[in-house]
Amino acid sequence: MRFESIVAWRFLREGGLQTVLIVVGAALGISFIVFITGFMGELQRDIVQRTLGVQPHVTIKPLEEIARPLRREGDPADAAQVLSEVQPRGQRLRSVDQWQAAVARLRENAEVRAISPLAAGPGLVTRGDSNKSLTIVGIVAEPYAAVTRLDQKLVAGRLKVDPGDVLLGRDLAEDLGVGIGDTVRLSTPSSTGDTYRVRGIFDLGAKNLNQLYAYVGLPTAQALHALPGGVTSIEVTVTDLWEAERVAADLSRSVPHLVESWIHTNRQLMVALSNQTLMTRMIRFTFGLVVAIGVASVLMVAVVQKTREIGILRAMGTSRGRVLRVFLLQGALIGLIGSVLGCAVGYTLARIMSGLLTSADGSRLFNAHVDLPLYLYTMLGAIALGVVAAWLPARRAARLDPAQAIRM
Amino acid sequence: MSAIAAPPVVSLSGVRKRFNEGMPNETEVLHGIDLVVAPGEFTSLIGPSGSGKSTLLNLLGLLDRPSAGEYRLKGVPIGDSSDDDRTRARLDTLGFVFQFHHLLPEFSALENVMLPGLMREGVFTRANRANAADLLSAVGLSDAFDKRPGELSGGMQQRVAIARALALAPDLVLADEPTGNLDTHSADEAFALLRRFNAERGCAFIIVTHDPRLAARCDRVIELRDGLIEHDGPVTRSAPSS
Ligand SMILES: Nc1ncnc2c1ncn2[C@@H]1O[C@H](COP(=O)(O)OP(=O)(O)OP(=O)(O)O)[C@@H](O)[C@H]1O
Ligand SMILES: [Mg+2]
Repeated sequence: MRFESIVAWRFLREGGLQTVLIVVGAALGISFIVFITGFMGELQRDIVQRTLGVQPHVTIKPLEEIARPLRREGDPADAAQVLSEVQPRGQRLRSVDQWQAAVARLRENAEVRAISPLAAGPGLVTRGDSNKSLTIVGIVAEPYAAVTRLDQKLVAGRLKVDPGDVLLGRDLAEDLGVGIGDTVRLSTPSSTGDTYRVRGIFDLGAKNLNQLYAYVGLPTAQALHALPGGVTSIEVTVTDLWEAERVAADLSRSVPHLVESWIHTNRQLMVALSNQTLMTRMIRFTFGLVVAIGVASVLMVAVVQKTREIGILRAMGTSRGRVLRVFLLQGALIGLIGSVLGCAVGYTLARIMSGLLTSADGSRLFNAHVDLPLYLYTMLGAIALGVVAAWLPARRAARLDPAQAIRM
Repeated sequence: MSAIAAPPVVSLSGVRKRFNEGMPNETEVLHGIDLVVAPGEFTSLIGPSGSGKSTLLNLLGLLDRPSAGEYRLKGVPIGDSSDDDRTRARLDTLGFVFQFHHLLPEFSALENVMLPGLMREGVFTRANRANAADLLSAVGLSDAFDKRPGELSGGMQQRVAIARALALAPDLVLADEPTGNLDTHSADEAFALLRRFNAERGCAFIIVTHDPRLAARCDRVIELRDGLIEHDGPVTRSAPSS
């Protein structure tokens, strides 16, 4: 391949303006592909994170929690009737059976990054005359922070849920007129409750979410919900957000409980996101195609221009295969150089755009960062694209009749 | 000493060449050529325009295939070999000099002479460089190693091409009007080089030329007319040269 790479490199280097133009063209096309890929990825992750709030990637719940209709055997006409016979679920909370064992099994999966058991149930928060119903969630601070990044969503106080502590959402705290250090009363259907001191105020990015949850320590919640030692669910963070559904399927084979991913519980969001992804793919494909056609046409012209030289190389003893590879390599080189430049330009573009685009609260909509795997895949893709684009010109060069090529 | 004679460099028997075979405009250009060239022979190929000289040279150079007859290169039948085998044979046993020198403009003079070695070895070697430098010096271009073909005069370019043809010490150099594009002085210089390499390195030459003066300076003259060899014989010199 040394002969081929030396000749290919020389042909390109001496191609002058023609080479410059195609490399710049390829770089621009590829930079847009890099930019749109990184940008959409960041944007989607941001949308998901904002929408999910404190929803975990994967949730493990007791199987019995969903009320299932008891189907009568082989009588589909009865379906409507059967539905009406489903009894509403009772108020009592169920614990995940042997949840410590389940946590141990979850930990064995390499794609599970954080595990947080919690005890959640309905309750009432009271301050003076005003009271609000909400969900009282018992957590263990560190794992819960690892799963939901609640620590980053605190706007006041600390993520501290020792006995007697409670964390409230911003809007709820405003409604109740409480701040850090103030006390509120928490009660549940199974407990008359107690007073708790507000240790932290969080903002999940949406008003309804900020009114929905109060966080206490796990033992506190277990007492409030009359679930001694039990948890109502286990929340899990996986390494890749988008693979949550598959990991959930894996996990459901290892624990005898109901395992659900965020993808399953947010179908609408996922449909919107995958439409977006489809559009991004189409844009990328179109740009890739344009780059490939550009490379192919420039090399086609180069083959015609170099007919004599190809003829002399063939006469001197260069095989057809070598001529073919000389031109395929030129395609690969254009792809490589174009993608290196394209990645740099794409990153710069992302930097500029991240400064321009902000979300409602003034924070950056996305952060430009050096995405090495993306650049690597882009380069490999661009090289492959260059080779494919060079195929027709290269074949044409290899098939030139040397006797005729020299006569020109 | 055993007296097994080396086989002829080329031997053609009954070679015909038809163009556009099987089509309405089919024409036969060579009508049965028998030709043997011994190692080290210095031969000219003359004849009127259109008589088939270039066609014959392309057949000898494995750039085209005969339509009929047999071609043996160094005793080995090569007419029906695969393209890769013929390409390999061109690299190993043949050298070419064309009328329009056909150097690669992307490479320096020295690199052009190194190209055959690069093809054979796959890398630029020290020995290849030394050999190319020797050859370029031998053709009087020791100052032009790093010059691009575009920076050289026509005569200099042709001398580079001659050096390149000899780079891998071929058994046979085929030259199609190597001096046709040069002024008389450069033509004489180039031709003198061919003669000198023939004497020093012992490789055979077949030189197509329209110049009777140059033909007279060869050892043997083959004359083509209408696709047949009309005359083939040694040159009778009126006065011994130097
Ligand atoms: N590829 C081809 N297809 C058809 N006819 C061809 C082809 N190549 C050569 N010929 C014909 O063959 C004949 C001999 O051509 P050739 O080039 O061998 O002549 P030549 O002796 O080299 O002439 P010149 O002195 O002008 O170079 C010509 O009539 C030419 O038209
Ligand atoms: Mg000719």
